[in-house]
Amino acid sequence: MLGVTFICFVIFRFTGDPSVIIAGQDATPAQVEEVRQAYGLDKPFYIQYVLWLSHAARGDFGRSFISRVPALGLILERLPATVELATTAVLLALSLGVFLGVVVSIRPRRWLSRLIMMSSLAGISTPTFLIGTLLIMVFAVELGILPPFGRGETVLLFHYWPTGFLTLSGLTHLVLPVLTLVGYQLAVLLRLTRAGMREVLGEEYIKTAWAKGLSRKRVVFKHALRNVLIPVVTMSGLMLGEILVFSIVTETIYQWPGMGNLLLTSIYESDQPVIVAYIMLASFIILTINVGVDILYALLNPKIRYD
Amino acid sequence: MTDRRRSKFRYDFFHDPSAVGGAAILAFFLLAALFAPLLAPHNPYDLTQVTMADALKPPVWRSGGTSTFLLGTDDRGRDILSTILFGCRTSLMVAVGVVVLSGGLGVTLGLLAGYYGGKLDAVVMRLADTLFSFSTTLIAFLMMGLFKQRGVMMVIIAIAVVDWVRYARTMRGSVLEAKQEVYITAARATGCSDARILLKHLLPNVLAPIFVVVAVDMAVVIMIEATLSFLGVGVPLTEPSLGMMIAIGKNYMYAGMWWMVLFPGGTMVLIVMGINLFADWLREELNPKISRRR
Repeated sequence: MLGVTFICFVIFRFTGDPSVIIAGQDATPAQVEEVRQAYGLDKPFYIQYVLWLSHAARGDFGRSFISRVPALGLILERLPATVELATTAVLLALSLGVFLGVVVSIRPRRWLSRLIMMSSLAGISTPTFLIGTLLIMVFAVELGILPPFGRGETVLLFHYWPTGFLTLSGLTHLVLPVLTLVGYQLAVLLRLTRAGMREVLGEEYIKTAWAKGLSRKRVVFKHALRNVLIPVVTMSGLMLGEILVFSIVTETIYQWPGMGNLLLTSIYESDQPVIVAYIMLASFIILTINVGVDILYALLNPKIRYD
Repeated sequence: MTDRRRSKFRYDFFHDPSAVGGAAILAFFLLAALFAPLLAPHNPYDLTQVTMADALKPPVWRSGGTSTFLLGTDDRGRDILSTILFGCRTSLMVAVGVVVLSGGLGVTLGLLAGYYGGKLDAVVMRLADTLFSFSTTLIAFLMMGLFKQRGVMMVIIAIAVVDWVRYARTMRGSVLEAKQEVYITAARATGCSDARILLKHLLPNVLAPIFVVVAVDMAVVIMIEATLSFLGVGVPLTEPSLGMMIAIGKNYMYAGMWWMVLFPGGTMVLIVMGINLFADWLREELNPKISRRR
């Protein structure tokens, strides 16, 4: 985590002079100098880092160079929109992916299974941004039944969390972005589950389980799937980084007012504090989830024990 | 590979329609990309050939289309067919570049980490795990956001920063297994140097799974490059890119100009699908746990 902070800081400090950006393109050198002092950019590099780090530890990543409000606040304000989008997508991808993967591996020769596998091949071959663009083209432009951008009406929950789950317009606005985000991840998880199941179903202990006369449900879900879930769980942990980046894509396409949209704008505008705050928040989330995944391992596989 | 295994490999390949199909699609686009300057009716990046007067022409079969621009033109009057051909070139160039760079790095690190173990192994794998949990696309995206210059080389580097992990992990896993084999002990007993064992005995025996990774990786990298370019942080505006074409086309989609999205999009899906079909076959072919009799 500390390593990440250092790298972030170094890279951002040395890619373009922020004081020029804040002061504007046609500022006089004197104005640039004034800005440099106001933001503390004239101090030696290591002092800047230590100062910045001590502030960051308290959740203060500085003010956005563009909108002049605290960077972390700016991001947290956008957090609910992204969380709602991402969790809906992950839950859908995970449950559907594993379920369909099992279905396909039990009956590989059915036409339905073949159809699912064909669509999953199309799924992993189509990048998220293309899925999104095509979905808008079909459902919003040609058919005109779903809204192509925005988040719709939101209701404020607990005075803080604006949610789109509780209004009809919020839900309809959610459909296309979620489908976009789900598409690729679903295909990946499905194929992973299928590959795992195909290997496991040929193992001796599965034959034993069949021979014991256990029901199909028991053999498939209790004996086989449990062993397949380990790589699937790993993959879902890894998927989180993907979801974050693809939420940038999805949010851009649908003008979804989330963190990803904010990040992209900030990158175009070299808004250093916001980008750094985003990276820190993202790495915090990812590392937390990874610990969660490790714990899940132990639950799934009694052979793994952490001391 | 012995002759028998080679002939089985060939037999299996030619008797699997999806493998042949995938390889054929891939070969088609490889050739198209390679000979793009000869095949393309126009050079979309030669400013003397492009005029705004030709902008936003529909494909030839729609009213208003001309036979000069078979698939229509984009907002700057560039021929879509030619831009696609040149775009494939960029995609494949990036893919090959990343595979060479991160493959070389990953295989070397994986080989050394697996063989020597200990501290080296711990450091490399720790780094690999951390990088990988951030996902290749996310890191590449952030790096491109930070780079001041844009260019094909920059994209390759940004993707390779994380991408080598795929190779290193696979390599390390196979080496750990192969290290226990009798032939390695035998090689050591006859007094082979470490370098000789690594390169002559270990490497050829653990390379098979790497081919699968290469195939899958090509598909992944092409999509990452397109995603970066779509977001406007990929190759510079002066380079043709399928992702960028789609980003431009998206703005005209509401006006019903679907061809600006559908043609480059379809091309990319076909390429990636071709690679994936072939990779799927290769994975099963090389996996001893799955018998391929149907």
